[in-house]
Amino acid sequence: MKDSITTILYNRQLAPGYYCMGIAAPEYPQLARPGQFVMLRIKQGYDPLLRRPFGIFRTGTLGLSNPGTAIQEELVTQDGMGTLDYIEVVYKVVGRGTRLMAHLAAGDEVGLLGPLGQGFCISPDAGGAMHDAVLVGGGIGVVPLFMLAQQLVGRGVNVRLLLGGRSSGDILALAEFEGLGVETFVSTDDGSLGEKCFSTQLLKDTLQEISAAQVFACGPTPMLHAVRQICVAAKVELQVSLEAMMACGVGACLGCVVKGRNHSEQHPEYLCTCKQGPVFDARELAWTPEGAAPGEDSICIV
Amino acid sequence: MHRLSTPPKLEVEIAGLHLKNPVMPASGTFGYGEEFSPYLELEQLGAIVTKGISLAPKAGNPMPRLAETPAGMLNAIGLQNVGIDAFCTQKIDFLNSISTPVIVNFFGNTLEEYIEVARRLSEVERVDAVELNISCPNVKAGGIVFGTDPATAARVVSAVRREVQVPLIVKLSPNVTDIRVMARAVEDAGADAISCINTLTGMAVDLERRCLRLANGTGGLSGPAIKPVALRMVHQVVNSVSIPVIGIGGIMCAEDALEFLLIGARAVQVGTANLVNPGAMAEIIAGIERFLAQRGIADINAWIGTLK
Repeated sequence: MKDSITTILYNRQLAPGYYCMGIAAPEYPQLARPGQFVMLRIKQGYDPLLRRPFGIFRTGTLGLSNPGTAIQEELVTQDGMGTLDYIEVVYKVVGRGTRLMAHLAAGDEVGLLGPLGQGFCISPDAGGAMHDAVLVGGGIGVVPLFMLAQQLVGRGVNVRLLLGGRSSGDILALAEFEGLGVETFVSTDDGSLGEKCFSTQLLKDTLQEISAAQVFACGPTPMLHAVRQICVAAKVELQVSLEAMMACGVGACLGCVVKGRNHSEQHPEYLCTCKQGPVFDARELAWTPEGAAPGEDSICIV
Repeated sequence: MHRLSTPPKLEVEIAGLHLKNPVMPASGTFGYGEEFSPYLELEQLGAIVTKGISLAPKAGNPMPRLAETPAGMLNAIGLQNVGIDAFCTQKIDFLNSISTPVIVNFFGNTLEEYIEVARRLSEVERVDAVELNISCPNVKAGGIVFGTDPATAARVVSAVRREVQVPLIVKLSPNVTDIRVMARAVEDAGADAISCINTLTGMAVDLERRCLRLANGTGGLSGPAIKPVALRMVHQVVNSVSIPVIGIGGIMCAEDALEFLLIGARAVQVGTANLVNPGAMAEIIAGIERFLAQRGIADINAWIGTLK
């Protein structure tokens, strides 16, 4: 875990309201694990005051042979090793912080704290083999799934991505997943891309086809609830990546807690989304029958 | 004015407690210390102040518990904590591994609970001082109930006083008509020091959803937005009592800390800044040292309370 002031390499619009920001991030390709996140301080000064949490989309390293833009070339040249490590965060403009962020440009500075939290757990089943992996993403929830897909594909696991969104403009990074050889299935609420249904319908269909699967999901809370119910019924393992508003990102402020499986008023068991999460085995969390989120309102207000 | 040949001395003393410098975290923004060890050399702090401890574990308030506001934040965590038993079995071991003085913040729902927690803490060798929280704005029972009426505050302070041998710091709320009355009441009841201010009660509204942003409705405002109010109240308290005062409220940088020290605070607590920048206190300590060195001030005690 490191805290530093670093440089923005690029900040591109992917679709209306969605951006991809490349940030110089030394050692992140070695340090960052799939599902981890960073806290970004997008502006010096006191307003906005707090950092914002962002999932890491991917990491990479530029060299002298492929430096890219002028800024990147300058940073590669400055580095003693002639390389430039970076991360990409993909974000949606939803509030004041992300609006300010969308106006940042190559060469601007940001405060970068991370990599933080517990990522996805990739382990073989009892027989030593890896089940097929089914990745379920809702909208911007696709972000932490890309590094996971990279790692699973690298281990020879069959990976399938089920990606849902309101409309075609909310379906991101499809080409990147396909580039890994991941089989992709898309659904939109309005039918403008892929099937006209929720991604949870895709999950039901998939689990009828392949019963020995492990599921990884990230998206809005109602989607996670539905995914969890489907996985319980199909008796497959599920890991979920949660979003929450955070102040510190390091487990101190207790502003991002969710209820653990054994939680009660007398024996509180709260888990910090930032520290024990953001990825949880679904069995660790208290899922309420009426469908409220584990954290009651785990909506990311950035 | 001359440059110093040796670094300025930053040691301060509060009610018999010797601190290597006047900078410590504000309770509730620093966990139990361990959370920040990857980002900060804990040995360099003046003291560590723990999250508030109660007799039984406390679940805290429902989510959402946080809202960002202009140059500040509201929190309504609701004193979520592991309780005194788990504190003694799970959290003390880490604190034993460092030599920095430990100040344990604590609270109760009733007078009897305050007394019981104080008694239990006084049996723990690692506890160098206690900070009595009578000022949390986010819980209905306990906390603020004891911190807004001078007679009630005096009663809890004198009861706790009888239980603890270590220095007793009383943390005051700004949510009162006249903080000087509260300060004098707790001094007369036996407090060794006062820390102030806790957060200011506030509220944030979500227009789109037509609701209050915090599930608790109200929360405590902290951050740079409250610094002017905190300075005024610390100034008032310093001039109303003779016991040492620890200044708290919106300290983000060394200059902020030096302002509180100048108006007479013997030490400072840094809160929200830790959440924004986990290394904030190290930067503040270094900044204080630099500031004094540049002005040829050899000892921080020659700065404290020297407002013209």
